[in-house]
Amino acid sequence: MTILQFFLWSLLKVAVVTVVMLTAVAYTVLLERKLVGRIQNRWGPSRVGPFGLLQPLVDGAKLFLKEDMTPAGVYRPLYLLAPVLALGCALISIGVVPFGEPGVGPGGLDLFEIADVNVGLLVILGVTSIGVYGIALAGWSSNSKYSLLGSLRSSAQLISYELALGLSLVGVVLRAGSLNLRAIVEQQAENGIATWNLFGGFQFVAFFIYLTAAYAETNRSPFDLPEAESELTGGYHTEYSSMKFAMFFMSEYANMITVGCVATLLFLGGWTSPFGKLIPQPQNIFVHALFPIFWFVLKVFSFLFLYVWVRGTLPRFRYDQLMNFGWRWLMPLAMLNIVATSLWLAYR
Amino acid sequence: MHLILFIVFAGFCLAGAVNLLLQTHPINSALSLIVVMVSLAVLYLLLGAEFLAAAQAIVYAGAIMVLFIFVVMLLNAGREERTAGSRAAGLVGFPAVAVILSLMATLLLHAQGLGTARLANGITSTEELSKVLFTNLLLPFEATSVLVLIAILGAVALASHDEGNATEKKEGQ
Repeated sequence: MTILQFFLWSLLKVAVVTVVMLTAVAYTVLLERKLVGRIQNRWGPSRVGPFGLLQPLVDGAKLFLKEDMTPAGVYRPLYLLAPVLALGCALISIGVVPFGEPGVGPGGLDLFEIADVNVGLLVILGVTSIGVYGIALAGWSSNSKYSLLGSLRSSAQLISYELALGLSLVGVVLRAGSLNLRAIVEQQAENGIATWNLFGGFQFVAFFIYLTAAYAETNRSPFDLPEAESELTGGYHTEYSSMKFAMFFMSEYANMITVGCVATLLFLGGWTSPFGKLIPQPQNIFVHALFPIFWFVLKVFSFLFLYVWVRGTLPRFRYDQLMNFGWRWLMPLAMLNIVATSLWLAYR
Repeated sequence: MHLILFIVFAGFCLAGAVNLLLQTHPINSALSLIVVMVSLAVLYLLLGAEFLAAAQAIVYAGAIMVLFIFVVMLLNAGREERTAGSRAAGLVGFPAVAVILSLMATLLLHAQGLGTARLANGITSTEELSKVLFTNLLLPFEATSVLVLIAILGAVALASHDEGNATEKKEGQ
């Protein structure tokens, strides 16, 4: 493959993935509104289009057409940079996620992954950790007490839970012996659900820690203190309006999707089928390429469903409870998991 | 391709470093330092040190600088005051820097027989890195971790100083 071909293919993949991702973000918002509606015994959005399916488009148009206000007294360069940083980091990390079987494109091309990086897992963690600046700077540059408190809470929470998140993944990395996301998936692929890290790999403690820390990392309920409406009005994006607000909103949902993808890859066998070899491999080339995508999307969807379910069920933590839980429970538990996994790997 | 990337990111790195010194607002300086860290990570990547690049981005740009920003935000530090600079710095400092730089330049230009070092062609995998780290370099590695542990203990001791006094007083009573 010449460098020009490589460049064009990459451009195409980036464009397709970005469009799919943004559409998925819009419909995740609808999914959340619908599900929370049903949990609270009401219908959710149901007027625009069949079953309210066109609601995200109308919402997008509304946000786009709203007046874009910049409050007096903001520090303008950083005020403008913050939403770009937040959304940019949220969208970049999806670039190393493999969605489907490698090498199914024309000429053995990897059609379903933008970049196959050896340290893919670290890249995702790194980009996510840079994303903190979007939130921190938004709060500081807005020159408002609500925003500043929201962003302080958020950054403290992100730093605390990032540690537990990173440590919880070590067990999985130990088992796979690699930081490459594709290698981690292939190591679980052998016998379907029996060899997934979550069940066969006995990483359920790590999975629980990852899930909890991920909820905190994405500022989602029950850890959504940075935007606790009753105390902080809107949290770090109080002073933002129109598309700038929408960018924060989109970055939150994009992060949710990325977290779902990572959990799928690391604990649920990625794009591989849960039945392993019980189902024979489909012979048709298109079915062979698209079947893994189906499993992947299904798994990520169940994560998003769980996210909304938790939001509809659990009340918000108090701030000291949040910090205690992160440092005194999750982190030691993650370390114990590492020790146990390494002992098991050494003496099995 | 490598050369272009190197020039671009080395440029970013230097621009960030100069900007760090020139900015008057602490938060702008901190942000320039992040630019320096991230461009350094890219330079590591160009040298084939993948893991180091990712670790640089996560640890320095992601964790340490967040703490910097956090402190600046929390204290709401204002603009720094400009002074004309002390006279001693002008009289002694600048000539001294010039002398040291020229000495170093002459030494490097005249140095012979330092041996050769070569960069591996390609990417050092995490596996190779950890093998070297846990066999040949085990002692320095462990010594560093003990050093870090001491730093952590020191920080804890400093932070809990008042509390310790309080309990002692209680016991005394």
